[in-house]
Amino acid sequence: MFASKRVLFKLVGIAAALAVSGAAFATDITGAGATFPYAVYTKWAAAYQAATGNKVNYQGIGSGGGIKQIKAKTVDFAGTDAPLTEQELVGAHLVQFPGVIGGATMVVNLPGIKANQLKLDGVTTADIFRGAIAKWNDARIAKLNPGVKLPDLDITLCYRSDGSGTTYVFSDYLAKQSAAFKKEVGAGKVVNWPANGVGGKGNPGVAANVQKIAGAIGYVDYADAQANRLIFVALKNKNGKFVAPTQAAMAAAAANADFKIKTMAPDMLDMPGKASWPIVSATYVLTYERGNAAKQQGVKGFYTWSLNKGQKMADGLGFVALPPSVVKLVEARMKEMK
Amino acid sequence: MSEAAASSRADVHGAKVRLFKLQDMAFHRVTLVFALLVLAALTGILFSLGQQAEPAFKEFGWGFLWGNVWSVPDDKFGARIAIYGTLVTSFIALVIAVPISFGIALFLTETCPAWLRRPLGTAIELLAGVPSIVYGIWGLFVFAPLFADYAQPILKATLGHLPVIGKLFSGPAIGIGILTAGIVLSLMVIPFIASVMRDVFDTVPPVLKESAYGMGCTTWEVVWNIVLPYTRVGVIGGIMLGLGRALGETMAVTFVIGNSNRIVGSLFAPGNSIASVLANEFGEADPGLHIASLFALGLLLFVITFFVLALSRWLIYLGVKKQGK
Repeated sequence: MFASKRVLFKLVGIAAALAVSGAAFATDITGAGATFPYAVYTKWAAAYQAATGNKVNYQGIGSGGGIKQIKAKTVDFAGTDAPLTEQELVGAHLVQFPGVIGGATMVVNLPGIKANQLKLDGVTTADIFRGAIAKWNDARIAKLNPGVKLPDLDITLCYRSDGSGTTYVFSDYLAKQSAAFKKEVGAGKVVNWPANGVGGKGNPGVAANVQKIAGAIGYVDYADAQANRLIFVALKNKNGKFVAPTQAAMAAAAANADFKIKTMAPDMLDMPGKASWPIVSATYVLTYERGNAAKQQGVKGFYTWSLNKGQKMADGLGFVALPPSVVKLVEARMKEMK
Repeated sequence: MSEAAASSRADVHGAKVRLFKLQDMAFHRVTLVFALLVLAALTGILFSLGQQAEPAFKEFGWGFLWGNVWSVPDDKFGARIAIYGTLVTSFIALVIAVPISFGIALFLTETCPAWLRRPLGTAIELLAGVPSIVYGIWGLFVFAPLFADYAQPILKATLGHLPVIGKLFSGPAIGIGILTAGIVLSLMVIPFIASVMRDVFDTVPPVLKESAYGMGCTTWEVVWNIVLPYTRVGVIGGIMLGLGRALGETMAVTFVIGNSNRIVGSLFAPGNSIASVLANEFGEADPGLHIASLFALGLLLFVITFFVLALSRWLIYLGVKKQGK
C-alpha cells in the first residue's frame, strides 16, 4: 500500500514536471520540406537546442511536401529547393528567405583521370547529358582536354531517379547553356534523360552508381560528392575560366548575386566572376506573414541564431554559408513576420 | 416441492441459454463488423485512388494504359513503361524462383536427412523475414558489380548470339537493369514459394507415396506423378503468393532497376516498375497531372494484382474440378 502510494506520488511528480517542461518549451517549432538542407537544419537544431533549450523539429519530406504543409498550416516553417514566385508568395501570404547555399557538381569514374583533371564547358556538358556525345574519346571532349589521355569508353550517365532539387538546378543550368538540351531533356525536378543512363535514388544512389560503373558521369550535391571522395570535373565559368568545385568557388558565385528582391531568390546560375562555380543555388525557407506569435518568434529566433552562429557548421557539412550582407537582408525580411 | 425446484432450474437453464444466444449473436455481429472493415478499407482505397487519378484519365483517356511516354517536363504520361517493367521483372523472378523453390521443397520433404530438415527449413523462413531494403542495398552494392563483371559478359557471349532472344542480352554491362531487378526479386520470393511448397508436399498421405515407392518408382517419379498432382492447388497458391510479392515490391526494385523511363528491349537496360516510379517521384511531384498520373499508376497496380489473384483462384478452381473427376 505504502509502496503503491509512493509510486503514485512519483507519477504525479513526473506528470507535473512534464506539464511544466511543456510550458517552458512553448516555442518548440516544427518545419518540413526539402531533403537537401536536412543535414544542416538538423545540425543547427541540435546546436540551437543545446544553446537555448528551444526545440526545432525538421522533417525532410521533399520540397513539394513542405509547400503543401505550410499552405495547409500544419508546420511552422517549410524548406523548399525551388523558390516560390512573388505572385505565389503574395497569394499564400508567405515570407521567403534563403537558408543555406549549395552547389551541384559533376563527378566521373574514368580510369587514369584524377580530380579536376577533366575539363568541360556548359555546352559540351549539355551534349553529354542529352546523349549526343556517346564516347569519352569524342573530339568535342578531347578539344577541351589537350594532353589528357581519354579512354575509348561508353559514357554512362548517372542521374537522380527521385524528384530532386539537385536535378532541378543541374538541368536548369544545362537548359540555359543549350537549346537542344532544353528541348530534348527539359528542366525540372524530374526530366527525360537519354537512354545511356541509369537513375539512382538520392545523392548516395547516384554516387554509388558512379563509383561502380567505369565510364560514368553523374551530378551530385557538393556535400555528398565530397563525403564519397568522388572525382570532380572542372567546369568553364562565364569568365571563360575552368574552376574546380570548391566551397570558395560557390561562395564567390553567391557573393555576386543580388538578393535585394521580394522573393530573395536570385538566379545564381553561371554568375560572372573569375572564381565563380557555375552551378550554385540556395535552398529556401517559407514562413507565414501572420501567425501564432510564439511560433513566429520561435522561427525567427532559430534562423537568427543559425545564420549568425551556425555558418561554420554548414561549412563543415559541405554547404556554403550565406554571405554576411545576405544574412543582414534575411534579418530585415524576418521583421515582416508578425 | 421437487417440481418447483425442477422448474426453477429449468428457468435458470433457459436464462443461461438465452444469455449464450445473445453472446453468440453479439460475437457474430462484432466479427462481421471486423470483416466489413476490410471491405470498407478496400473500397475506400479504390475510391480515393480513382478520385485522385481522375484528372489523368480525363486528360489521356484509355491511352494512358499503353502510352509509352512518361515525361514530367512535358506533362505527358503513359503507363506502358512501368507496366512493362513490373510484368517483366516479376516474370523473370518467377522463371528463376519456381524451379529452385520446387527443388528446395523436394529436397526438404523427400531426400533431406532428418537432422538437416529443421535448420534448413528455419533458414528459409528467416530469409522470408529479411526486410526488402536489405535486399536492395545488397543488390546494388554487392550483387550488381559482380553481375556486371562476371555474369553479364558471359550471358552476352552465349545467349547474346542466339537469333531471337539474343537482343535481350545485348547492350552495355552496367550491372543494374531489368534483369538484375528480376534476379533480386527471385531471391526475395523463393522463401515464400519454397516454404508453401514444402508445407503442401508434407500434406501428401504417406500411404500414397509408400505405395508408389513400393511399386518401384524413383523419387522423381513419386514427386512428379504423386506429390505434385496431389498438391497442385497449394503449389499454384504458393506461386501466386510469390508473384503478388514480386509485383508490388518497391524498395529493392528501386535500388537495382536503374529507374529509366523508357523501354529498350534488352534485359540489361535500365527500366522502371510501377512501384519504383511511385517511390521515386511521389515525394517531389507537383500537384496536377503528375500527381494524378502517379495515383493512376497506383490504381493500375491494384488492378493488376487483383487480376493475378483472380487468375490464381480460377486455376485453383480448375484444379479442384479436375481432382473431383
